Amino acid sequence: MPAKTIVEAVHDGLREEMARDERVILLGEDVGFKGGVFKVSVGLMDEFGPERVVDTPLAESGIVGTAIGAAINGLLPVAEIQFADFIHPAMDQIMNEAAKIRYRSNGDFGCPIVIRAPFGGGIHGALYHSQSVEALFAHIPGLKVVIPSNPYDAKGLLKAAIRDPDPVMFFEHKRTYRLFRQEIPDEDYTVPIGPLRIAREGDDLTVIAYGLMLHYALEAAETVAKEGISVEIVDLRTLVPLDKETILGSVKKTGKALVVHEDTRTGGFGGEIAAIIAEEAFEFLDGPVRRLTGPDVPAMPFSKALEHEFMPNPERIAQAMRDLAAY
Amino acid sequence: MASTAPPTVGTGSDADDLGLSPDVLRQMYEEMLLTRLLDERMLQLNRIGKAPFVISCQGQEAAQIGAAFALDKDKDWFLPYYRDLAICIHAGMTARDIMLNLFAKPDDPNSGGRQMPGHYGSRKLRIVTGSSPVATQLLHATGVAYAAKLRREDSVAYTSVGEGGTSTGDFHEALNFAAIHKLPVLFFVENNQYAISVPMEKQMAVERVADRARGYGLPGVTVDGTDVFATFRAVREAADRARRGDGPTLVEAMVQRFQPHSGDDDDKYRSREEVAALRERDPLVLFRQALEERGVLDAARVAELTGRIRAEIDAATDYGEAAREMDPATLEAHVFAKYEVRSTKYEQGTK
Repeated sequence: MPAKTIVEAVHDGLREEMARDERVILLGEDVGFKGGVFKVSVGLMDEFGPERVVDTPLAESGIVGTAIGAAINGLLPVAEIQFADFIHPAMDQIMNEAAKIRYRSNGDFGCPIVIRAPFGGGIHGALYHSQSVEALFAHIPGLKVVIPSNPYDAKGLLKAAIRDPDPVMFFEHKRTYRLFRQEIPDEDYTVPIGPLRIAREGDDLTVIAYGLMLHYALEAAETVAKEGISVEIVDLRTLVPLDKETILGSVKKTGKALVVHEDTRTGGFGGEIAAIIAEEAFEFLDGPVRRLTGPDVPAMPFSKALEHEFMPNPERIAQAMRDLAAY
Repeated sequence: MASTAPPTVGTGSDADDLGLSPDVLRQMYEEMLLTRLLDERMLQLNRIGKAPFVISCQGQEAAQIGAAFALDKDKDWFLPYYRDLAICIHAGMTARDIMLNLFAKPDDPNSGGRQMPGHYGSRKLRIVTGSSPVATQLLHATGVAYAAKLRREDSVAYTSVGEGGTSTGDFHEALNFAAIHKLPVLFFVENNQYAISVPMEKQMAVERVADRARGYGLPGVTVDGTDVFATFRAVREAADRARRGDGPTLVEAMVQRFQPHSGDDDDKYRSREEVAALRERDPLVLFRQALEERGVLDAARVAELTGRIRAEIDAATDYGEAAREMDPATLEAHVFAKYEVRSTKYEQGTK
């Protein structure tokens, strides 16, 4: 099996689905001739033509709204928003249209679109190339929210998202794009949207994380393992629909839970996880459910020192693990 | 109406070359009359407290009927805005469907009791489900047309909006994209000169919405929307152009809004004299007169038609009112087509 990066895995997922089903089209800024600013769609315009790989005008609402219309008329559009930070002009089309089309039409219409967007910080992207926006969309019923953290899942979940009959928000942490390689099958496979993955097994506490933070949590777990703390890590690769069973199963075993996300704290997805654990696993807990998150500041600054201060990192996660284990 | 720009496309006086047979003309009148009487009934039901929300199309029926008959409802798509009752009647909505929608009953084909009246949608009738935020449907029309063009289908996407909706970003983004790709879209602007209370001159600095089309590289025409024939001609030309692969057209129909914006609007921003003067060009009356002059319609026929339609609306009202209420258990239906989380049974471990 070839070893691929996440960016290559996303590319392969797109390419395979386009070859498999002529209804699949891509639209977005710079996705065609340039192949995307992160090179995700490189070569696809040459292979599938400019009608199926559309370099759109610089207009996010237009990208999503056009994708919705094309989906209504039988296509399976994959829209790329160049950076998650720029998705907000399309919020009305996503929240009021895509998310509500099935519901408001009593199931008469569906909206099978995928909206891909790179998110997250740690690349000196400053306020407008570092945002984590997943909680905004997880709050909107009618949208599925997927965040792969490794190449295998990136390809398999993307293929599942394209075949899904409903709108899927597909967020890729840009710092993980070329962070590491993983051997993945060349042939067709999907990873179902929903079931979570146990990324590391352990007994003393459960950490729930996704995206870049999943990797930082794994690194931290390795560190504290040497100190005798056994950490189990749940890869929250799908936020909606949420596989509560896996989270609760793990927490019931370890008795302690720490949620880590890079997104800011208030209203972040960690609050939802904490609430579910409190409601449904209260009597299994040996300590408070904790969150390690980005701070409640408007966004990640450009300065290296300030960016570092914003981001949870392996050292801080390790310390949070020690604190919770000792509780 | 002082702000009504003069039409730039022919009026009813040169309608004889349009190829509309007497049967078709009578059909147009019948659908127009049904629209008007249905609209009046809904307003009545609102005023006596039986319908919590209404949104009227009175004064705009000629434009809608002219446009609807210039399209092919078997292969074109309709992406209407909330005043397009006549468009949806032509597409195939019945008085009963509209009443089921008004009373939010389970068999409402638009939304199964979920949406306010005027939010149309039916896959069978090729009416794409719409929302309340204005102009979002223009982008959906662009996307529908993109898919049609990709598959080399002979299909035009009709979409409509009020003049107020042309101030939105989605209007700009839709016209721009449609023009770049020469998509088969018809942007139909029903200009009644008021966006709720805000008049044209506070909405845009150009004299006509059609002037905006030039900025996107597509043709824009203004027609007298109280004139069925003028609107039919402009829309047919635009649809032909779209079918030829020459791209989108913006057709601005100058219409009048007889009623307040909605059932919840006091209309105090217009003088009663101004509103009363609109009735001097009632599109229903103008069309009836035009057909009577052509000998297509006479008083007896109008009376017979009116009686039949009133009976149909009465029956539809009774049916809608008596229909069973929505089952509360359906609140969570149709959020997703499938929503299952087959847990990994977390013990299964990696991958």
